[in-house]
Amino acid sequence: MTKNPYLPYPARIDDVAVETEDGNIKTFRIVFENERDRATWRHTPGQFAMLSIAGKGEIPIGIASSPTEEGFVLFTVNRAGVVTTALHQIEKGTRIGIRGPLGNGFPVDGAMRGKNILIIAGGFAFTTLRATLIYLLAHRANYGKITVVYGARTPGMLLYKDEFKAWQGLDGLDLNVTIDREAPGWSGLVGFVPTITERVAPSPENAAALICGPPIMIKFTMPPLEKIGWQDDQVYLSLENRMKCGLGVCGHCNVGPVYVCKNGPVFTREQVKKLPIEF
Amino acid sequence: MSDTNAKITEEIRAKARELLSSGEIAAFLGFTSGSLPMTTRPFVAKRPGDADKLIWNSFCVMNLANYLPALLESLEPPRGPKDPPPAGPLPKVGVVATGCCSRNIVVQMQERQVDRSRLVILGVSSRGMVDRKKVMAAAEGREPLKVEEGGHTLKVSGRDYELEIDRWSAVRDNCLTCAHNNPVISDYLIGPVSNRDVKDRFAQIEAIEAMPANARWKWFTDEIASCIRCYACRNACPLCYCPTCFVDDSRPQWVGKSTEPADTALFHILRAFHCAGRCTDCGACESACPMGIKMRLFTRKLSKDAFNLFGAEAGLDPQAQPPLATYRPDDPEEFLIVEEKK
Amino acid sequence: MNILRLDINGLLDCLSSWAGGQELYGPVKDGWRRISRDGLEAVVSIPPGAPKAPIKTFFLAQPETLFTFSARHGDDDAWIPTPPKEAPNRRVLFGVRPCDARSIALNSMPYRDDPYYQARMDKTAVVGLSCNETCSTCFCKSVGGSPYGTEGLDILLTKADGGFIAEVLTSKGEGLLEKGTGTPAGDGDMARLKALRDAAQAGTSDTQALSASFKAKNLMQLYNARLWQGLSEPCLNCGACTFLCPTCYCFDIQDEVVRQAGRRIRYWDSCMFPLFTLHASGHNPRGEKIKRVRNRFMHKLKYFTERFGALSCVGCGRCIRECPVNIDIREVIRDLLSVE
Repeated sequence: MTKNPYLPYPARIDDVAVETEDGNIKTFRIVFENERDRATWRHTPGQFAMLSIAGKGEIPIGIASSPTEEGFVLFTVNRAGVVTTALHQIEKGTRIGIRGPLGNGFPVDGAMRGKNILIIAGGFAFTTLRATLIYLLAHRANYGKITVVYGARTPGMLLYKDEFKAWQGLDGLDLNVTIDREAPGWSGLVGFVPTITERVAPSPENAAALICGPPIMIKFTMPPLEKIGWQDDQVYLSLENRMKCGLGVCGHCNVGPVYVCKNGPVFTREQVKKLPIEF
Repeated sequence: MSDTNAKITEEIRAKARELLSSGEIAAFLGFTSGSLPMTTRPFVAKRPGDADKLIWNSFCVMNLANYLPALLESLEPPRGPKDPPPAGPLPKVGVVATGCCSRNIVVQMQERQVDRSRLVILGVSSRGMVDRKKVMAAAEGREPLKVEEGGHTLKVSGRDYELEIDRWSAVRDNCLTCAHNNPVISDYLIGPVSNRDVKDRFAQIEAIEAMPANARWKWFTDEIASCIRCYACRNACPLCYCPTCFVDDSRPQWVGKSTEPADTALFHILRAFHCAGRCTDCGACESACPMGIKMRLFTRKLSKDAFNLFGAEAGLDPQAQPPLATYRPDDPEEFLIVEEKK
Repeated sequence: MNILRLDINGLLDCLSSWAGGQELYGPVKDGWRRISRDGLEAVVSIPPGAPKAPIKTFFLAQPETLFTFSARHGDDDAWIPTPPKEAPNRRVLFGVRPCDARSIALNSMPYRDDPYYQARMDKTAVVGLSCNETCSTCFCKSVGGSPYGTEGLDILLTKADGGFIAEVLTSKGEGLLEKGTGTPAGDGDMARLKALRDAAQAGTSDTQALSASFKAKNLMQLYNARLWQGLSEPCLNCGACTFLCPTCYCFDIQDEVVRQAGRRIRYWDSCMFPLFTLHASGHNPRGEKIKRVRNRFMHKLKYFTERFGALSCVGCGRCIRECPVNIDIREVIRDLLSVE
C-alpha cells in the first residue's frame, strides 16, 4: 500500500465564478498546493472528486474541467447540503482538500472513439459534459460529428454561457441550447430537452449518446431516441447517489451489486436497466 | 401455553377473522410466534385465513401502537403530496391493545397521529409481560430451548437442564409497577380483567434519586456504556415519530454520531426528555434494546416528575391535553425561582 | 502447519505471556474485554456460541480517526490532514469462535486496500476456540463455515481429552508461542481432530452450496420477490442487526471540530437508517422501509456473493437472537432459495 486513499490533497480556491442568476451555482477553480499532487493528478471526463471543507466534511462533485486544461481543476457546485453551502460561502484563496479522481468516467478513449457523439443535458448537469466536450474538441480528429442538446429553465440558469458563445459555429459541432419557456431577450430555441431532441433527431449510426440531467428529463428523452433507432448500449448515463468513501466500501451509494462511486458513475442504459431503481 | 393465553388467542383469532371476513377492517395488527422461545413478531393479518397465525402470550412485548400510523397510511388510496384527502371513510385497522398500548393510542389521538374512527380495538388486560433477559439470567448462561407458560410459572428447559421459575419473578420491571394494565379504550374486551393495586409505583426511581449526585452520574454512565446507538429504543417507541429525529439532523447537527460517551449520554437524555409527560411506561424500549440497557428508568423519572408536578399520567383521556402542551395558572414554577447569590 | 497438545496450565502460561507482552482480549459475558494476568480464569471457560459484541470492533474502530487537522483560520497548516501517528497496539484476541474468525477474512475482501483496517490486522493475532457445542441459533455450516473452521485464525484451539489441541496456522501464530510450549500432537490427537471435523460436517452439503445457489439466482427476481413486504412489516428499522453483525461493515464519515482541533472520523453506519441514502435534494432512493430491509439481505446474500464469491454471513446467529421483532435470516435464506 503506497497511498492512503482517505487523505485529501491540500488545494486552494483560485477563482470563483457565479454561474446562474439565482446565485445557487458557482464554478470553483482549484489549484493544488503541492507540485507533486498537481503533476500526478490524471482524470478522465465524467469522473468526480471529493471536495473537503475543514470541519464540514466531504462532498462528491463531478469534475467540470477537461484533463486537457492543465494547471487547475474546475468544479461547478449547486448549493444543496451542508458542505456545498459552506463551499459557497468561502472566499478565493481559501484552502480546501481534494481527493480523487474517483469513478470510471466516460469512455472517451474507448467506445466513444471514432464515433459521432450526442450530448444531452438538462440544467445543472452539464458539468462533466463540459469536461467531455472540451476533451472531444481538443482531440477533434478522434471523433465524428458532435451534437449537443442543452436546456435550462431560463437563460439565466444556463451554465458556461461565454464558452457556449465561443463554441458557436465550430465546424462539426451542432449546438442546440434551449430554455423551457419564452423569455425576454432570448432569441434561441424554446422547448423542453426531449422536444428539442426529437426535432434534432440525431442519427444513431456509428454514434454514442451521453445523457445527464434530472431523472424526469432522461425518462422523456429516451422515447424519441428509441423511435429513431438508438440502442441502450449506445447511451451513457451518469448516476448520482449519496457517497461517503468514493472507494466502493462504505455502502452508501450501492445500487444493487454495483457501487456508483466505483463501478460508475457512468453506466450504459443497458447496464442501468438491469439494476434495481435505487438511485 | 397457559389456559388463559390459549383462550385469549382463540378469541383474538375469532374476532380478527370475523372483522376481516365482514370487511369492517382491512388489516388486523397483532402478534405471531417467533422462531425462538420467548420471541414474538408483530404481524399484520390481511385475509381471514391469516387470523390463525395470531397468538397471545407473555412475550408480546412490542408496542403495537408504534405501527399504527404507518399501517393506516399504507391502506389509504395512493395520492400525491398536493392531492386532497380522499372523500368518504378510509379503511379501518383492528388492533390488540393492552393497557399501555391503549394509552399510547390515546396519546396518538391527542397528538393527531391516529384517527380513532379508523381503529377497532381489541382490549386485553395485561398480566405483565415477561422479560426474556430475566429468564435467560435465571438459566445462568444455558440456552433456553423451550419455555412453557403455566398459570404462575415458567418451565424453562434446554440441553441437559430443566427449571421452573415463578412467572412474576421474570415479569418486566415496567409491568411490575404498572397501575393501568387494563385497556383505557377498546371496542371489544378479550379475556378476564384484573385490577392491580400497586403501592410503590416509583420505588425504582426513588432509589436512584436517593443516590448522591456523583454516584447517580456513575450509575447513568455505566448504564449506557454498552449502547451501540442502534436506536432500537427510539424506533420501538410509539412516541418517536418526528420525520427527522434530532440525532439525524445535520443542519445543525446536535449530537455526534459515534459511541463517544458524551454523544451517547446526550442521545439518551434528550430522548427521555422528549417523552416527558407522554410516556406510558410500556417498556418497549427496554425490551427492544439488544444490549440490556435499562433506559426505561430515564423516562420513568420524567413520568414521576410529570405526575408529581402536574398530576398528569399519559394517555388516560383522549380529550385531555398533554401536560407539557398546556398551561394552568397553578402550574408549579419552583424551577423558575433562582436564589440570589450572596 | 504445526499441531501441538496443550494442557490447561500450558494454555494459562500462554495467556499470561500474551497478557503481559501485549494486549490480550477475550469474551467475558457478552462483550470483549481486556484480560489482565490476574483475570485469565475468566476466559478459559467460554459459553457456547459467539458473544453478543461482534469481533469487528477490533478492526473497524468505533470511531476510526482518519486524520486530524487544525481548523484555526490563519494557521499555516490549517486543513492539512495529518494521518494518525500512533500505530495500533499489538494484541491477541483469544477465544474467537470460527464464525467470527471467518468474518475477519470476509471483511478483509472489501477492506483489502484500506490502510486503517490493514494496520489493525497487522497488529492483531487471532486465537480461536472451536465449538464442541453450538447454540440453536448457530448456522455456520449452512453458510460455508464450520465449528472447527480455521479461516481468519492464527491458532485454533480445540478442547479434547481434558486439554487442548492447538493448530498453529500462520507464522504470526508461530510467533505467539514460546519455544517449548506444549508437546507435539500425537496420532491420537490428529485422529480425534479429524473425527470431530468429520462429525460436524456430516449430513451437511458442500460448504459452497449456498453461495453457488445464490450466485445462480436471478438478481431482479430475488429483488422483486413477494416476501419482502411481509418480512419488512414488523421491522423497526433499527440498527441492532447491522451493528451486532460481524460482517456488516458499512460506515459513514464525518468531521468533528472541538476548540479548533479537527478530526475526520469514520464510524459504523447502517443501511437500515433512512439517512443512509438520503440525497441533499431530499430524494431518497431507499426511502421506504421495505427497500432498506431488502437491501440488507440482498447485500449479504446476493450482492456481496456476486462480488466476492461468498455470502456476507457467517451464521453466528446474533441478529436472530437480538432482533427485537425476531426477524430470522435463516427463514429469509430459505424463502429466497424457493423464489423461482
